[in-house]
Amino acid sequence: MYFCEKYPVVEKRELADGIYSVVVNAPNAAKAAAAGQFANIGVPGFTLRRPISICGIDKERGTLRFVFEVRGKGTAELAKISEGDELDILAPLGNGFSIPETGRIIAVGGGIGVPPMLEISVETCERCTAIIGFRDKSRIILAEDFERNGSEVHLCTDDGSAGQKGLVTFPLADELEKGDVAAVMACGPAVMLKSVAKMCEVYNVPCQVSLEQRMGCGVGACVVCSCLTVRNGKEMYSRVCKDGPVFNAEEVKFDG
Amino acid sequence: MADLSVKIAGVEFSNPVIAASGTFGNGECYTDLYPISKLGGISCKGMTIEPKQGNPPPRIAETYSGILNSVGLQNIGVRGFIDYYLPTLKQDGNVIIANVSGATIEDYVRAAELLDQSDVDMIELNISCPNVKAGGATWGISCDGAASVTREVRKATKKPLIVKLTPNVTDITEIAKAVESEGADAISMINTLLGMRIDIRTRRPILRNNMGGLSGPAVFPVAVRMVRQCYKAVSLPIIGMGGISTWEDAVEIMLAGASAVQMGTAIFTDPYSPLKVIDGLAGYMDKNGIKSLSEIVGQCQEW
Repeated sequence: MYFCEKYPVVEKRELADGIYSVVVNAPNAAKAAAAGQFANIGVPGFTLRRPISICGIDKERGTLRFVFEVRGKGTAELAKISEGDELDILAPLGNGFSIPETGRIIAVGGGIGVPPMLEISVETCERCTAIIGFRDKSRIILAEDFERNGSEVHLCTDDGSAGQKGLVTFPLADELEKGDVAAVMACGPAVMLKSVAKMCEVYNVPCQVSLEQRMGCGVGACVVCSCLTVRNGKEMYSRVCKDGPVFNAEEVKFDG
Repeated sequence: MADLSVKIAGVEFSNPVIAASGTFGNGECYTDLYPISKLGGISCKGMTIEPKQGNPPPRIAETYSGILNSVGLQNIGVRGFIDYYLPTLKQDGNVIIANVSGATIEDYVRAAELLDQSDVDMIELNISCPNVKAGGATWGISCDGAASVTREVRKATKKPLIVKLTPNVTDITEIAKAVESEGADAISMINTLLGMRIDIRTRRPILRNNMGGLSGPAVFPVAVRMVRQCYKAVSLPIIGMGGISTWEDAVEIMLAGASAVQMGTAIFTDPYSPLKVIDGLAGYMDKNGIKSLSEIVGQCQEW
């Protein structure tokens, strides 16, 4: 069940240069939302809505949190929103993560792929190990949020200006080596997802990936946000918005 | 409340607002927001006789007041549509239009034969898709092509036949005349305008298919002009589309000559826009003492 309504912004903060956290009061959408789902957000003056992952769901307060980065003119316009303004939101959309009820979960996020991983940590707390990677120290977001949930956090930066220097796949290898991992979940650049999926295959650990694609309707009608998948041995284009955004990694043809 | 009903090719629509093919799936995607029976009709996702995979992504690019798309007719095939989607669609009681494409005339005919035996209310021949290599718009850009597809499909079905025209031609009225003379019951227009966008950083087209079809408010004046030209050239009823997003747009294209409208891209911006257009049309009729929308069709007073 999804909704299309104007919801008031109750909190807005800039987390890093050009990366914003926005909380809206949206009781019906919050009640229906699950980790890994997204919203398609209307921007005045633009034909297309902007798909933004859901970073936080508070069913009691009735709020949804979004963390997005200014990437172009649309998100720049979106960033002008102030507390008290209304956001035109179509949500919650798509299939989120299916989180195993027991066992250790590894949540891997790269850059602006980190926000959709936070809700996994909210649900799994100490069971969750978060491996989050950023370009450099100035781009780090949400690290304390994961810690606050009781999750172990491995912080990586490309240039080593904070945490471990290098890719998220280094700590991921260590964690997989320890064993007893129920599932790995990941969101980030395509090259990162591909490496994560490959490692999970080697260690025989189930892996779910959240994909991104240029999107139209957001609800499965227009079939523009396709990604190549293999289902029942057959290659086919699936819809990121409706069949995803979260897919089992073994279904995804990353070079498609 | 005003009587919004319109009749096209003998088919009664409760109101003149139809979801355009490719923008509303097969009616299953928006039911969380409102019952699709509120619309006058649905033109279903473009279908081909065999299932089709479509073009590689990205398939969409935003433009000023519009979008480019290059889906390439991804669909589950006519049989899949009839078995899987049609039974549910028919329960909602509004007009169901099957939008059909093909690479060859035989493809169109085989699809029409199957649909003729189904519960669809109308068939819309898509001879105007700009995103497939074989067929699609190649039929719609010549009078001979348009005429021969229409002629052969006409023989294959008794269902009311709409032919959807492409604007990517020198003179759209010639194509309209050609399909009229071969037995089309109505025309719908305009399909998308062929366009292109390039990422200046990568120097690559944004669409993986390089080119795609432009739709949205950007194309609206082109649609109004072409509907007007065809209204004057043929006596077939016209279903107008191309960038309609408000009730004022709907009135404008009806004044140009459209008997009903299709909405597409506007639904992506605001899923409720078709309902807002329906309400706006009712208000417009009440305010102006219009008893039937047929009173305004084509009533533009040209200079």
